[in-house]
Amino acid sequence: MFWDPKIEKLSREKLEKLQLERLKKTLQYVFSRSPFYKKRFTEKKFRPSMVKSLDGLARVPFTYIDDLRKNYPYGLLAVDKSETVRLHTSSGTTGKPKAIFFTRDDIGRGADLIARCLVMTGVTKKDVLQNMMSYGLFTGGLVMHYGAEKVGALVIPAGIGNTDRQLMLMQDFGTTSIHITPSYALYIADVFEKKGLDPRKELKLKRAYMGAEPHSEETRRKIESAFGIDVYNSYGLSEMNGPGVAFECQYKDGMHLWEDHFIMEIIDPVTGRQLPPGQEGELVLTTLCRVGMPILRYRTKDITRIITAPCRCGRTHRRIARITGRSDDMFIIKGVNIFPQQIERVLMGIKGVARNYLIQLESYDELIVKVEIQKRSFDGSVDHMAGLKAEIEGKLRAELLVRPKIELHEPGSLPVSEGKAKRVIDNRKL
Amino acid sequence: MKTVRQLSIFAENKVGKIETLTKVFADNKINILAFNITSMGDFGVIKFVLDKPEEASKLLKKDGHAVSVKDILAIEMNDRPGGMYEVAKILGQNSVNIENAYVLVPKARDKALLLVEVTKINEALKALEGKI
Ligand SMILES: [Zn+2]
Repeated sequence: MFWDPKIEKLSREKLEKLQLERLKKTLQYVFSRSPFYKKRFTEKKFRPSMVKSLDGLARVPFTYIDDLRKNYPYGLLAVDKSETVRLHTSSGTTGKPKAIFFTRDDIGRGADLIARCLVMTGVTKKDVLQNMMSYGLFTGGLVMHYGAEKVGALVIPAGIGNTDRQLMLMQDFGTTSIHITPSYALYIADVFEKKGLDPRKELKLKRAYMGAEPHSEETRRKIESAFGIDVYNSYGLSEMNGPGVAFECQYKDGMHLWEDHFIMEIIDPVTGRQLPPGQEGELVLTTLCRVGMPILRYRTKDITRIITAPCRCGRTHRRIARITGRSDDMFIIKGVNIFPQQIERVLMGIKGVARNYLIQLESYDELIVKVEIQKRSFDGSVDHMAGLKAEIEGKLRAELLVRPKIELHEPGSLPVSEGKAKRVIDNRKL
Repeated sequence: MKTVRQLSIFAENKVGKIETLTKVFADNKINILAFNITSMGDFGVIKFVLDKPEEASKLLKKDGHAVSVKDILAIEMNDRPGGMYEVAKILGQNSVNIENAYVLVPKARDKALLLVEVTKINEALKALEGKI
């Protein structure tokens, strides 16, 4: 199903023509209205007129996360403050947050993109969507909320936490769709298991939208089978509206990125050069329709690749693959670059391993992976446990090329968080 | 030939774990008849033979422990020498592996029981029938 079939199936030629038109307009617009870009363009001796084709985008200066912090709060604003109707922030680990402003029309466009996403995975006005994301300054709550309302679904603004109430809402109002972080979905599956209840029987759930946290294909399958639902991957970031930037269609094979609203590039994070389509690198996004706070060539730090093959669903907007890591999350052990997701991918593929794990870095060459064993598959045999430990060590070593130290832990003994799960503990004093 | 139920519990920290488990037994008036620990360095498996194994298993599972219950052989120890050898020989001939063995402390005047955990309990029982 399509929310906006005309634009979602627009031919590549027309789509690229539209992109160029909107890019040129955006460049002129920010140059005349945004204090930050006026200064940045001048410093870099860049003029909007230098961009005559989409290839010319490579000449536009990058915008970095730090630029948003340093120019906090109003530096990137392109309209008078009175035109803005909503503020979201995105917190970093250090220093000032990033402030993102929306005009009324920006909010409408964001909701429209969410509507495309929901409708393409089967949501109609008959659905009940429980939005289990934080409703605060974080975009995951409100942006999804407005989009789901636009489709006409009944939205339950449940927010995050208070699991007993979440379950009650789901049961009492027949929730069919949830918007949730993967770690919270896993936590809820555990709660059901502890109560001895089967969510496939207790709930009317059909689908879940999972975003805000990186997760693996195995985690998706675990959640799908625990709840008996379809899980759709969602990509978004506050700086680019929040959720709804890219979303999976019914084929669940990469996320369609709405190219009439954003231009995507994949670059080498070290050199900053564009990489050929299909190659993995850092995702760089440019807004094409934002009025309040357009952002050009934004360095997302998310590592992915563009899937160039056309999708069976008929949408012409190209897909990005699952985010395989953040350029920040990467750590180095014995000179080898490792992303936490590589470890998760291996662990989730091993029988007898529970959902919780922790990665602990002790020195430049010591990687400790703490793994909870699965209650169900414990058969009392010490040999089987020793075998499990050896299997984890062997498979991780094959994937990472570094031998980790494995610790088996009791079910439920490692910390679980109801929000973003912190999986890496770095105790190194380097 | 008798069998008894044995509870196996996964333990990452053996010292603290024994305290936790035995408290559950004490609080619920469950008697420990025999116990045994197999350690693999940073983790281990603690095994108990209890007077109320089903109740204990239910309580421990509810508390989130990884518990597994299985039947093991309980062989009366005869005073004559070579008793254990005889059992091991018969099981070996029937390709049943002994995974673990320990002794159940007897009450006064009762004979001590040798507890033998084997891979294939039904085969073991059949092989030992009428011989021990
Ligand atoms: Zn598709």
